[in-house]
This record gives sequence, structure tokens and C-alpha cells, in this order.
Amino acid sequence: MADVTMRIWRGDASGGDFENYSIEQNEGEVVLDVIHRIQATEAPDLACRWNCKAGKCGSCAAEINGKPRLMCMTRMDQLPEGPVTVTPMKTFPIIRDLVTDVSFNFEQAKKVPALLPPPMPEGGYIMFQEDVERGQEFRKCIECFMCQDVCHVIRDHEANKLHYSGPRFFIRYAELEMHPLDMNDRRDLVREEMGLGYCNITKCCTEVCPEHIKITDNAIIPLKERVVDAHYDPVAWLGRKIRRKTKTSAADAAVQPAP
Amino acid sequence: MTSSYEHHDYDVLIIGAGGAGLRAAIEAKQRGLKVGIITKSLLGKAHTVMAEGGIAAAMGNVSAEDNWQVHFRDTMRGGKFLNNNRMAELHAKESPDRVRELEQWGALFDRTKEGKILQRDFGGHRYARLAHVGDRTGLELIRTLQQKVVSMDTDVFMECKVLKLVHDENGRIAGCVAYWRPTGEFVTFSAKAIILATGGAGKSWKFTSNSWEGTGDGHAMALWAGAQLIDMECIQFHPTGMVWPISVRGLLVTEGVRGDGGVLRNSEGQRFMFNYVAPMFRDETAESEEEGDKWYDDHAAGRRPPELLPRDEVARAINSEVKAGRGTPHGGVYLDIASRRTPEFIRRRLPSMYHQFMELAGVDITSEPMEIGPTCHYIMGGVKVDADTAATLVPGLFAAGECAGGMHGANRLGGNSLSDLVVFGRRAGMGAADYIESGQAATSLDMTEVEAAVQEALAPFDRTEGENPYDIQRDLQEMMQLNVGIIRTASEIEDAITQLETFTDRVKNIAVKGGRAYNPGWNLATDLPAMLTVCKTVARGASLRKESRGGHTREDFPKADPEFATFNFAHTTSGGNWDSEIVTVESPLLPMPEELKALLEEAK
Repeated sequence: MADVTMRIWRGDASGGDFENYSIEQNEGEVVLDVIHRIQATEAPDLACRWNCKAGKCGSCAAEINGKPRLMCMTRMDQLPEGPVTVTPMKTFPIIRDLVTDVSFNFEQAKKVPALLPPPMPEGGYIMFQEDVERGQEFRKCIECFMCQDVCHVIRDHEANKLHYSGPRFFIRYAELEMHPLDMNDRRDLVREEMGLGYCNITKCCTEVCPEHIKITDNAIIPLKERVVDAHYDPVAWLGRKIRRKTKTSAADAAVQPAP
Repeated sequence: MTSSYEHHDYDVLIIGAGGAGLRAAIEAKQRGLKVGIITKSLLGKAHTVMAEGGIAAAMGNVSAEDNWQVHFRDTMRGGKFLNNNRMAELHAKESPDRVRELEQWGALFDRTKEGKILQRDFGGHRYARLAHVGDRTGLELIRTLQQKVVSMDTDVFMECKVLKLVHDENGRIAGCVAYWRPTGEFVTFSAKAIILATGGAGKSWKFTSNSWEGTGDGHAMALWAGAQLIDMECIQFHPTGMVWPISVRGLLVTEGVRGDGGVLRNSEGQRFMFNYVAPMFRDETAESEEEGDKWYDDHAAGRRPPELLPRDEVARAINSEVKAGRGTPHGGVYLDIASRRTPEFIRRRLPSMYHQFMELAGVDITSEPMEIGPTCHYIMGGVKVDADTAATLVPGLFAAGECAGGMHGANRLGGNSLSDLVVFGRRAGMGAADYIESGQAATSLDMTEVEAAVQEALAPFDRTEGENPYDIQRDLQEMMQLNVGIIRTASEIEDAITQLETFTDRVKNIAVKGGRAYNPGWNLATDLPAMLTVCKTVARGASLRKESRGGHTREDFPKADPEFATFNFAHTTSGGNWDSEIVTVESPLLPMPEELKALLEEAK
């Protein structure tokens, strides 16, 4: 097959530029194959993150021709003819080349109050398939963070990272809210501290999700409805006053006795 | 501490953040200890996510007849009786509780109609035993454990590569030396106990399901530190890896495809597995396609189809078919579920396989067969440990998961890996905590060992003339695939042993370009010593085991030999370095208590 020109951003936090690599490509290859060949030959210090190379771990997200994609799942033969541009995810600070500092996401993960289930009955919990399926959709998430990358609330406004957890964590909160066993209540937290209201449902996150999770329709919108119900519905408000769902911090929920 | 390195101090330090490492962390944390986890990647990316089919546990939710005794028997038979029987016993007894506790931490397994955890059939398991979430069970396991660990406020050192374990002056494990991948800066850790949970070593073969991380770091570091490695010749070649396109060759295709009705055919359309049923499995395997097909709907109506024999049996059969000229255009065989199940069924039960083939190979598995062939998947061999405590022979050093040896004997059954991680991850956490409470733990770090490791890691930057580490890795993978692959013979193994010495010299001559910050070339240069150590023990075991057993097949000794069924080959090194000479001895198997023997007798 003909050689292809790869236009790859190289640099670090202090700055950088595109470098062009003209490299052979073989039938059926994905972008990550070509990156690996560049590493093995011309540029052994070309930094890129990857693990499973099967679309299951979400490590190798980058922006290919300007769009967030998993490099391991993007076939070269399905890209338009001409040079292929690969840049790091824009929303996160650069470490080097295609590798970004995604610690924002790990910090957000620490803020999520854990599942708070009732004590486990003898023989395990009983849950039905139709009840676990809603949560299972969100648990398909491979944490590639492309939904975070593409969300303009933080992509275009760095300061919002202080009070906005982003689509990846909205599906996590939705999953827990819909979890058949959970007794925790995170609705105030999601509204007041995680910035759910900033999302104006442009669905950019849903479009880039490699797991095809309907982030906006199945997680964010229902979550917004629950939060609104909880906050503004006077009956719900009264109910809360009388019989509050247990509210527990992440640390408290974690010290549940082992089964 | 007098050194200038960044330093951290822990009670329990866990190297590796896959299923075993995370489960160990939870246990140690629940004992009130200060716990740190080090991972070469980001949290949640470990190879555990690649596990697809399920987690084996005799809960009896689908087949009420199932119990730990049958699971124990299946595991021992699958392992061709080379297993540590105490590990197999603990594993079979404890895995149901380990699965159920995952639900307490947020896991959502697929359900039976009664609302219990659903279980599926898998190779070598007599009953439907694998709890699962579609075909992404490993992701569910790691995310559940990850979220639990995070909620317990555990320190996680991400993208941090451990170079070497460090002793105190009395030879106890006292800590380790590592570097941050993003900056290349060195960091030292003191720890009262270290748990190795570094996973596998498959990256030294050309066609593998393992990621770049599977370089056998824990295996090698344990050996260097004075521990023993056993059964290193036993490597599992998973029967079904993708074979095309070449760039994804080796990528795993879950055994769940066969558990859910998929069958293997050669280029003549024949279901060839019926021709490869070993005498040991004949009583419980279907004799005809009709009988096998009935079994899927009603396990009492027929015996199980031969596609569900243990992995070593199926991989060898596929290899033989291809060698006999009955392979597919790309050198595999066909795995066909399209002609046997509806597209809806396939998409619901095997969603990630559907996407994997559609997106990477342009194959619609609901209407076409897949082309598959064996791929290096798992190493049964590992650090010799005490079954109950996961303690190695070195005080303060523990090991769990794929890097530990003994549990699976000569061949691992599908689904027994995820359960291994949580059963022995927990036990390693308990073992480390008990060791610390006994007051025997080390208190000082031998800084000469730290300095030596740092100097060695930096040496490739000092060479202006030298070899590209990627060239060495590629050649090593090709050499091991060719000489110590799925079918082995004396001349090729001896050739490998000689060539590995040449590779040792080449690694000593690596030159690295660029700086220390996130430099994959340098990172690879620091992985290669471990890869070579592992390859050497594999080749030595393969040379000495003059028989065929499980994940070790000798063309020149095609049969299992009872003489070899009584011991493991155990490797040690006294020098403590990656290029030190390795010594191999016969290490007798753990004697089996009468009540366990009786379980195996009953089954015959």
C-alpha cells in the first residue's frame, strides 16, 4: 500500500509543533498501528498512551483529524485520503506528545459517594435483569474521557473544572441513582457541587462515546429531572424533610462491613 | 533517609492495579493499614479489563448440582494435576463469596429469571458456572474494585514503573525503587510488606492477547529478590484469537462464543473437534453433533460438545488442523455462531465481540463465521506462594493473581482467572497484614541496591552507539513464538536458550534517544530485563519437562508422563540481577489430603 503522511503533534507543556512522518501502511491497520511503527523506527520517544488495543481499556484516546477517537479502533482505510493529523485531547493539560494529564477525572471520581446497599441477605441480593440493565449501560464506560474532552463546558472554559464533573461522572451518578440497591442520595451534590446545570444537552458527549452509551438521553436528562423534582417539587421537599434518604459521604459508605 | 529521591512510606505496598492488586488493597485497608498501589498505567486500565467471559464460582444458580467439590475437581483436571491442590481447594470454596461481595460494592451481573446472578457454560467446567456481564466481565470487575478502592481513599501511584525490589540488611523485603513515567524521576518506597500483583508475561510472544504491560515484571522481580518461580513452561495459548487483519492478530475472542453455541469448523466445513477428544474427557463429551447440540438446551439430554474442552486441548486441535492444510485463508479455522444463533441473540450475548469484528475486521459475526487461531494468553507459571497467605519464600514478599504460580497447574480453565484474582488478592492482603502484625517486618532500605538499580536504568542514555530497544523486543517476540511457542521440540528450545544469551548482550547495549519524560523507548528498555528473565525460565522449564502436559506441548514427547506429574520445575537465582545465572530444581508437589484425593477418585 502507499505510504501515508502522519502529522503528529510533538511537544510538552512548554510548547510544541507538528512533525510529519511518511510511513508505510498495511491492510486493515488502525491509527495506533501506524503510531507504533513510527515509535519502533523513526521516533522511539514518541509518547502515546495505550494498553489493550481492542477498544476495551480506553487508554489511547486522541484527536484524529480534529475529532476525539480511540486510536486502536480507527481504521486507517476509513479516514479521508491525505495526511492524517493526530493531536492530544485538548481539554486536558499536555504531558508529552499525545499524552495528556487526565487527573481531573480521577479527582472527580474521588468525590462520588459510594454505593450504599442494604445488608446482603443469605445467598446474595435478588435483582432483576430489567432493573440492572439501566445501570449496565452506564457501566460499559471504558473511561476514555473523550466525552469529557469534547464537552465544551470544560473544553472552552478551564475555570469550570472547579465546579463541573462532566458527562463521564454524570453517567456514574445516574448509574448510582438508578442502582436497585443504593440507599444514598446524591441529588443535591450533583446539583450544587457537580454542576449538572451547566450541561445544556448539546449531545456532543453521546456522539463521541465509543461504547455508544446514550449519555445525554439516558443519563443526563433523567438525572436533571430527578434533581429538579427533588429540589422544586413541594411534595418531594416535604417528603425529604420527613423521611430523608440516608446521606452518606464517600468515606462513610466505604466502611460498610465486609460480607 | 539520606537519598535525594522522592520517598514514600507504607505498611503494605501493592505493585499492580488489576483485579488481584485492587482486591488485596481493599483487604489490607480494611485491616487499618496504610496502603499504596503502584501501577505502570492509569488506574482502571489493567489487563483485567480484557477478561470477557466471566468469573467462575460454584454458586449453583443455574445448575443446582454445582458445588465447590466439582469446581475443585474440574480445576485439577484442567490443570492436569500439576496444581497446588490447597490453592485449588481454597479457590473453589471461596469464589462464590468473592463474587457476591462484588455486588455489595456496585457490580451488576446479568440475572436469572429469579433475580439471582446468571451463570454461563465454559470450557472444562462441568456446570454453568461463570457469573458474567455480557462479554465484558473483566471491565465490571476492575471498575467495581477500582471504585471501592477510591472510596476507601487509597493512594494510587499511576504511570509509575517499579524497577526492583529492595531488601533490608537481613534479607527481608523493605521496599522498592521506581520511576514516574511522565517525568522520568526516580522514587523510592519503604514498605513493611509488598504484594506483587503484576499480571502476566505474554508480551514476549509475537501473537498475544497481552498489552504492552505484560512483561512479567513481578515474576522477574520476585526471582531477582530470592523467590522461586514454578511451572514457567506452562503457557496458555488461548484457542480463539483473531488472525486477521494482521495488525490485530492475537486479539482475544471470548470463549463465551463457544459457551453460547459457537462451533469450530475447518476449511472443509467439518466440526473437527470431534476427532480430538482425549481419553480423559471421552466419558463426558458428546460423540455426535446431534448429541452436542441437544446439550445446549438441556444439559441432561446429551453430553457437552467437544468445542468446550479445556483450552489446551482446543488450541492443539486447531494447530493440527491448520498444519494439515485445512486452515482458512489467513491461517486459522472458522468459529461459527452465525449459522447457529439469531442475530439478536448474538448481539445481546456478545456485544463487544460483535463490535470488535465489525470495526476491526469488517466481519459481521451475525452473518459470517470468524477466522480464529491460538494466541498467547496466560502464564500458569509464577511465583511460588503459600496457598493460605500468598507468602513467597522471601520474608515480606507476597504474590497474587497471574504472577503467582500453582493455582492453575499446567492449564487454566476459562473463568478461573477472575476468581483467582479476588480469592487470592484478598488472601494476599490478609497474609501481608498478618505478617506486619507479627512484628517481623523490615525497617530500613538498602540504598546500595537502590543506587544500582537507578544506575542500570539510566545506562542506555549514556550510550551514543547502541541498539534500538524496539528492534530487540521484535526479535525476541519472533524468536519465542518460533522456538518456545505452542508446539515445542528439543532442538528449538535449545536454540532459544542459546539465543537468549545473545539477547542478554544486546539488552546491555541498548541506546535510548530523547529525554526521560514519558519516553516509551526508554520505558521499553527498562521492561526488557524482566522479559528476558521470564523467557529464560520458560525455555529452561520447557527443555526439562520432557513430556506434554497442559500448556506445554512437546512434539518429541507427545504424551503425558506420570513421572513428571509429581513435581514442578522451580527456578531461583542467587545473583539477584537480571543477568545472574538461573538454577532449576525439581520441587515436589504439595501432598494431597485424602479427602481431596477422594473427590478426584469419585469423578473417574
